Amino acid sequence: MYVAVKGGERAIRNAHQRLAERRRGDPATAELELNQIREQLGLAVDRVMSEGSLYAPELAALALKQARGDSVEAAFLLRVYRNTLPRFGYSEPLETARMAVERRISGAFKDLPGGQLLGATADYTHRLLDFSLAEARALDSQLVAPADEAPKGGTSDGGTSNGGPDGSAGPAAPTAASSETAAGAAVPRALDLLGDETLIETPPDADDGPVPDITREPPLFPAGRAQRLQTLARGDEGFLVGLAYSSQRGYGNTHPFVGELRQGRVSVEFTPEELGFAVEIGEVELSEMETINQFQGDAEQPPRFTRGYGLAFGRAERKALAMALLDRALRAEELGEEKSSPAQDEEFVLEHADNILSTGFLEHLKLPHHVDFQSERELLRALRKAWDERRRQAREAAE
Amino acid sequence: MSVLAQADAAELNRLWEALGERVAHRPLRRPEVGLVQLRGRIGGSGAPFNLGEAPVTRCSLIVEGERIGHAYVLGRAPAHAETAALLDGLLQDPARRPRLLEAVIEPLRAARRARAEARRRDAESTRVDFFTLVRGEAST
Amino acid sequence: MSGLVQDPATAGGEASGGLLRPGFAEPALDAQRCFRTLLSAMAHPGRIHALDVAIEPPARLMPGSAALCLTLLDAETPLWLDAACADEEARAYLRFHCGCPLVDDSRAAAFGLVGGALPPLGDFAPGDDLAPEDSATVIWQVEALEDEGPLRLSGPGIDGIRALGLAPLPGHFLEERARGHAAFPAGVDLILVAGSRLVGLPRSTRIETAGEG
Repeated sequence: MYVAVKGGERAIRNAHQRLAERRRGDPATAELELNQIREQLGLAVDRVMSEGSLYAPELAALALKQARGDSVEAAFLLRVYRNTLPRFGYSEPLETARMAVERRISGAFKDLPGGQLLGATADYTHRLLDFSLAEARALDSQLVAPADEAPKGGTSDGGTSNGGPDGSAGPAAPTAASSETAAGAAVPRALDLLGDETLIETPPDADDGPVPDITREPPLFPAGRAQRLQTLARGDEGFLVGLAYSSQRGYGNTHPFVGELRQGRVSVEFTPEELGFAVEIGEVELSEMETINQFQGDAEQPPRFTRGYGLAFGRAERKALAMALLDRALRAEELGEEKSSPAQDEEFVLEHADNILSTGFLEHLKLPHHVDFQSERELLRALRKAWDERRRQAREAAE
Repeated sequence: MSVLAQADAAELNRLWEALGERVAHRPLRRPEVGLVQLRGRIGGSGAPFNLGEAPVTRCSLIVEGERIGHAYVLGRAPAHAETAALLDGLLQDPARRPRLLEAVIEPLRAARRARAEARRRDAESTRVDFFTLVRGEAST
Repeated sequence: MSGLVQDPATAGGEASGGLLRPGFAEPALDAQRCFRTLLSAMAHPGRIHALDVAIEPPARLMPGSAALCLTLLDAETPLWLDAACADEEARAYLRFHCGCPLVDDSRAAAFGLVGGALPPLGDFAPGDDLAPEDSATVIWQVEALEDEGPLRLSGPGIDGIRALGLAPLPGHFLEERARGHAAFPAGVDLILVAGSRLVGLPRSTRIETAGEG
């Protein structure tokens, strides 16, 4: 017993050494620097922040380096780091209405007050491998000057007609609306257009009650919408996308439009207890998604649109969209819809969305279970012996 | 405090060092990293919910034995928080304040504005112009 | 705050009125040492422990209770102060170093800090059977703690019976403790502090007077 433990220690220490070597790779290759990860693998960094539930780009880059690019392991590292820190408090609610938008699109409205900004997007590329990226090279600017923008006319979808395969789009002459998108100025919400016509529900009002925090009180079911959104915001992107897709395919009936997607920077305000007033402490990049979904109406309520909401750290629009679809699907009961699909099952979605929980329980199977297994094996042997005995007796009785 | 917190750490350090001042200070609270739970609003404007946390560094210094400078800075940024707390303390000194506003705060504010403006211009170049389409539909 | 700049002239807040005393010299290490001592005190109810930490508390707080506050309190632990503790200096000190909200309603407090007569323990949250951890912990500054005296303690963490002397000893104390004991696992935990010495009296400890049992 003693020897086995010593052997285990040495083997584990050596395994860690091998891990460090694997992480480093071929020493002839330049070592990755954190700012390279942060600047050039930004979406990986954002995903780790989102699923690690910690907005810290430098630390997420470090976690990715340490985890050799494994985003789940990197998010796990952020969660553990987070556990070592004291909690100073809660921020003032982030005012996404005052976001300095760098990307803002709507699938539902073509004439969005404030306009649509494609931002840096791969939506209109052909997804062909760009072999020129295989070589380090300077970035040449291929922005189309305003004069080159000629009305293409005729097509009904301005988004794809303006975007070339190189992802550039012609800038329009500045309009009155464009000045509203400067940092700190309010950008009107697309969905408020429908609100004016009472065709869409309004978001739930703020009450003064406490805001539940799943990192302090694990949710009991049925959970509230705030707990659902918090859980989804840290949920695994793959799990969320798969479930959201299932709801589009008929398992949950979300039938969504993208009312508005916006990405950009939002100021963070915090009120320290000793100061007693709010101060700006920095900025975060966020992706916010509002979907528009159908609602049949009932005897009390006229037919109208309903909303789904997604908000995620960084540039995470796929996640924000999946989150909005699931937010809406999970409101089935509230809206009196039949609850028949996994995406509508609150406990199923929330209890399995967190990849750190799920991977922990899954992967612990790799650790020694020798005693558990031995006891099961002995149990099975006893059962088998009894079974054999019964068979023997049955055979004897038959003879 | 907000301008100091929002500043680029290297920029802040450069402007402060350029002043060449030596100021006596002692810690009331050394730079300390903790968490703030960031809140969003349901639907962007409704009831609040907890979105996820962020590390925040805070620091408080007793500056020249008589003023307390505070700093709260998003991120894990002990040096940034310390310089910001020192300047917050100095800015409470009426004799020093005008020069500091001119030499540090205004340049930081201008730099932040310039960064935001550059980002806005970049985004603006990707504006999708629907006005021709509106005219086209209006004529039918 | 909508503008980009908070006027730095106001940034000192109330704390800059009179200069605050510093907290722990080594926040992490000092808090860990105090916590370890407190852990031992709660594990051995009635045994007198000494906190080994140099601290310059506000005038109304004892070194031991200030150190416990710095160790235990943060933004998520509302604190109720009795009138004997609650002057401006103490309030600013606790608000700054602990970041804890100060509440007027003792039922809403996670911790109580008592420098005068012990209020009825029923004034503090006892938690309930489902969430006994929602109970309050009361730090009570007393004049003297002795390892001999009229109190006889028994229960988990005590091998047999342990004697304890404390002054002042309010008349309602034993009766209330006995009543609180019946509500176990709910109940209020007490930490008694004299100077930098302390004694833990968790809810599970039975307290009687000499000759009773």
